[in-house]
Amino acid sequence: MPVTRREFLKTAVAGATATTMSMPLTRMAEAAVQQLEKGWQWDKSVCRFCGTGCGILVATKGGKIVATKGDPDAPVNRGLNCIKGYFNGKIIYGADRLTQPLLRMTDGKFDKKGKFQPVSWETALDVMEEKMRWALKEKGPAGLSIFGSGQYTIHEGYVAAKLMKAGFRSNNLDPNARHCMASAVVGFMQTFGIDEPQGNYDDIEHTDTAVLWGANMAEMHPILWSRITNRRLTHDKMRVVNLSVYGNMSSDIADTEIIFAPSSDLAIQNYIAREILARNAADWDFVKKHTVFATGPYDIGYGFRPKNADKFASAAEMETYKNEQVRVLDKHEAIAQRRKEGEAVPQANAATPMKDWAISLEDFKKALEPYTLDFVAEVAKGDPDEPMADFKAKLKLLADYYCDRSRKIVSYWTMGFNQHQRGTWVNEQAYMTHLLTGRQCKPGDGAFSLTGQPSACGTAREVGTFAHRLPADMVVMNPKHRGIAEKIWKLPAGTINPQMGSHYVKIMRDLEDGQILFNWTQVNNPWQNTANANHWIKAARDMNNFIVVADAYPSVSAKVADLILPAAMINEKWGAYGNAERRTQVWRQQVLPPGQARADIWMMLELSKRFKLKDVWGAQKIPGLEGGLPDVLPGAVAMGYTPESTLYEVLFATPENKKVRWPDPIAKGHGNHVADLLKDGWFPEKAMFEEYRQFGSGHAHDLAPFDIYHHDKVRGLKWPVVQKNGKWVETPWRNNEQYDPYVQKGMGIDFYGNNGNALVMGDLDKPGNPATKVDISHKAKIYFRPYASPVEKPDANFDLWLCTGRVLEHWHSGTMTRRVSELHRAVPSAVCWINQKDADAKGLKRNDLVWVESRRGKVKVRLETGGRNRVPRGLVYVPWFDEGVLINRVTLDATCPLSKETDFKKCAVKVYKA
Amino acid sequence: MSVKNPARRDFLVKAAQGTAVAACGGLLWDYLLRQEVRAHPYALRPPGALAEGDFHAACIKCGQCVNACPYDTLKLAGAGGDMPIGTPYFTPREIPCYLCPDIPCMKACPTGALSPELEDINASRMGLAVIDLENCLSWKGLRCEICHRECPLKGRAIVLEAHPRGISKHAMFFPIVHSDACTGCGICEKACPTTEAAIRILPHKLVQGKIGDHYRLGWTEKSEITQDFKPGAATESGAPLKPGKKAPGVDYLNEGGL
Repeated sequence: MPVTRREFLKTAVAGATATTMSMPLTRMAEAAVQQLEKGWQWDKSVCRFCGTGCGILVATKGGKIVATKGDPDAPVNRGLNCIKGYFNGKIIYGADRLTQPLLRMTDGKFDKKGKFQPVSWETALDVMEEKMRWALKEKGPAGLSIFGSGQYTIHEGYVAAKLMKAGFRSNNLDPNARHCMASAVVGFMQTFGIDEPQGNYDDIEHTDTAVLWGANMAEMHPILWSRITNRRLTHDKMRVVNLSVYGNMSSDIADTEIIFAPSSDLAIQNYIAREILARNAADWDFVKKHTVFATGPYDIGYGFRPKNADKFASAAEMETYKNEQVRVLDKHEAIAQRRKEGEAVPQANAATPMKDWAISLEDFKKALEPYTLDFVAEVAKGDPDEPMADFKAKLKLLADYYCDRSRKIVSYWTMGFNQHQRGTWVNEQAYMTHLLTGRQCKPGDGAFSLTGQPSACGTAREVGTFAHRLPADMVVMNPKHRGIAEKIWKLPAGTINPQMGSHYVKIMRDLEDGQILFNWTQVNNPWQNTANANHWIKAARDMNNFIVVADAYPSVSAKVADLILPAAMINEKWGAYGNAERRTQVWRQQVLPPGQARADIWMMLELSKRFKLKDVWGAQKIPGLEGGLPDVLPGAVAMGYTPESTLYEVLFATPENKKVRWPDPIAKGHGNHVADLLKDGWFPEKAMFEEYRQFGSGHAHDLAPFDIYHHDKVRGLKWPVVQKNGKWVETPWRNNEQYDPYVQKGMGIDFYGNNGNALVMGDLDKPGNPATKVDISHKAKIYFRPYASPVEKPDANFDLWLCTGRVLEHWHSGTMTRRVSELHRAVPSAVCWINQKDADAKGLKRNDLVWVESRRGKVKVRLETGGRNRVPRGLVYVPWFDEGVLINRVTLDATCPLSKETDFKKCAVKVYKA
Repeated sequence: MSVKNPARRDFLVKAAQGTAVAACGGLLWDYLLRQEVRAHPYALRPPGALAEGDFHAACIKCGQCVNACPYDTLKLAGAGGDMPIGTPYFTPREIPCYLCPDIPCMKACPTGALSPELEDINASRMGLAVIDLENCLSWKGLRCEICHRECPLKGRAIVLEAHPRGISKHAMFFPIVHSDACTGCGICEKACPTTEAAIRILPHKLVQGKIGDHYRLGWTEKSEITQDFKPGAATESGAPLKPGKKAPGVDYLNEGGL
């Protein structure tokens, strides 16, 4: 706690007076507090951690953050914080905060094998520029890459996307949000044609049922959990069901805990759908008016390298990887997919997993036929020690809740669904049960995808910092979308690369393959957060490439980097985040970053000054893109640019943007180190936000002007935010006529995201005649998606499931929370939760140091048989925050083939004494 | 053990005072001396007592406060116990402090060990009531709440919070102690109907935590957004690392091990 020495003496005196007498200590303490708080300046801000998006108030004095508190006016958290949020004020003051650019050098020159030594920003940017030019020369735009983040501010993400896609014409920008909610995105896009939840957190106070599908909200969304708990305690009808592969703290409040086997959530949801139809509990009016039935191919692989995996993988790894080409069906998936056990199925659609087509209701019913209670219970029972009859009774109760249409119901999920080899499918199944019963987009009724990161929605998704995306749900592969972006960005036609870039895991593979030579990591920790990490650590250190890591603390990723850039943290810069309920929230710079640390946005803007149009807008070769990228310099000249114009002038400090001046009265006196360092008088964050708004305005993604969010009384607004009678009005429930201005009048519910889209009619196995198209305007899709077994399952050698995740006390890879001594003291290191019976059988006991080993790697960790998680026999759980227990050395890099999101929740391991 | 005979009580006081004199032998004397200077963390002292260390320095073990106590609440520590010999204390489960408005014990104190600054007995802080939630009948949902009703500062020092109860239609009434009003008199501990008291008085130091100064409770006080913010001076920012000074984190980054 930063108290000046004088303040400290004052409080010490007051404290001494108080303790000399057993008199009212509180009165003395109050006086001391008043004295201490003199001169504190308060402003609103947002919690740095999860996707809940709690509002906080920040007090500064003398250029230091002295305190924070939960914002009582914030509708998300009403003044409360969890124990991470409690430490928002301390995360920027860790002892080993990076304050100086560091470059690997030998004898004063860059050397990949050298030691880190401090360098000036000038030198750092010189080396970066040189290495980028080298990568561009060797590989073209595809040789560059950025690992972005769901913790980017909206402005940062926007600048990164524009720099890469409009400037360098590379789509190799992908956020760690790929690991987090890409499956949710594809689920939304395929089902509704528009991303992000329709509902909001107020659903909690309207509903009768909360069903958690792989979301341990008690730890991962603590503030939302206190709302659900309150609803459970105050509303008689309220029931809470916790579905998980292990018992966790959410079960402590839940009425029913259902422990299911990994991946069998696919089967359970089909059982519920089958029951809805069998009991005639569907809302047929809703189904007919607002939905269309659909399906897609099953033979889609597991997101491994499509070929040549053996070039890098060991023989043991290949045992799993070979499934990418041919899958031999086990008994359960054979039944679930209407095929024969032992059938070898070539994964013919591994490259085209997104294919889908419409089917009839009869085919939909036929597809669900195998998913009887008996079959699903056999597939899904996750606790070998639970009697089958008990498990069946629970599944039946769950189906009762979904079938009882007098009951409002919200289904919640996070990583359990998203980090799943069939993550997109399982997301779509959640909409299936809600759409069948007409319970979506209504207060208290809806399938609600929770997000993990503070701006996974606001930045990664809405701005579009993905390898395939442009702002406002547009994609680079669509020529119309590229045209819109080129117009807003004032680029010559053909500038934007039409080929999807490398997604997060593929960037790692490309670094290993030598396809990508340059990487810039921002606001995340890829070498700790990516599955099968041994490969990627080796690739970063041993291959001829150049890795730049911008971070606030020396992370695992910084350690494998060649150049480290000291980054400013949340309240050291202007920013905005968008939370899981579409709420965009902003903050001002409160204090200056320490030493030479600077905002990521400054780094990108400075770098953009070093590249000219002639460097990047000429013809470019792109592997796999016939003809490559066109020379757009003539077009640029016609637009008034010159080949000598810098990317800074063309993309960022444009004449329009330079009209947005700094200083600005909206700052109320707060500083802006980015504007001050740029020294050209514009206000980058505001200008970029106003430019970015143009993408969504009028397209159901409307945002209010920058200044509206900064108004004293505003605590974020849920998009679309449209002007009504001179006021900016948010949208609490989308697609619902009562709340959403984009709904066509008289429709009640309107899934307008699919307007203009059509599907080919087909049967369960294949699409039919391309001429038989079904218009799906105003409709959502109800997908049939089958059960599929996990690609790697426990066997005689690797006999246990490994599931990974988080703990309440630590955020992601712990770079911030492990710098807070109190949080570190509370949970200093990761442990491996194991069932007591498994421990007994292996001759192990609590606190034993063990190896957790898979086909890919091993880590040493202490065993835990008690505590917060109750794992069933056959499964172990290890959190990933601890770099000392780098569990992602062990995990499998299988992804959902549609979303390319890694499944961190299931692979096979063995556990033995270290 | 309550002593009703004043003469006998006088005798006991003197006996306690005299123990030190009567006891001979270097070892015992040395032991007693060491006891003398050691403040005792568990002792509950009379109203107005200075903080334990200061109290111990000021108390001359004269027993005047014990004599003045009309309820025989106060006792003098004897030899061989945990507490420094001759110092006044009380045991609430036996006899609590009944909070005499005129504070006779304090008035009798010749040294100020019981501070004359204590003007209102309700402002005294002898200790703090702590509830054993596991064995408190009210926390189990029984309608006891004796501590709340017996508390001389009922509704301030011990309040009841009503909470809905999961398993029935009956709300629970949880007694909650508020340190800003609790005097530590111990009437609740005396009154508690469980076999062993489920509410007890302990010295503040032993039970009270402290919320970090870096955090304020959002709903307890107003904080207006500052309209004329004054940024801190840019003393640190922009300054390059001084020659010879190691960059933070560089040792870890260079140590290898990945």
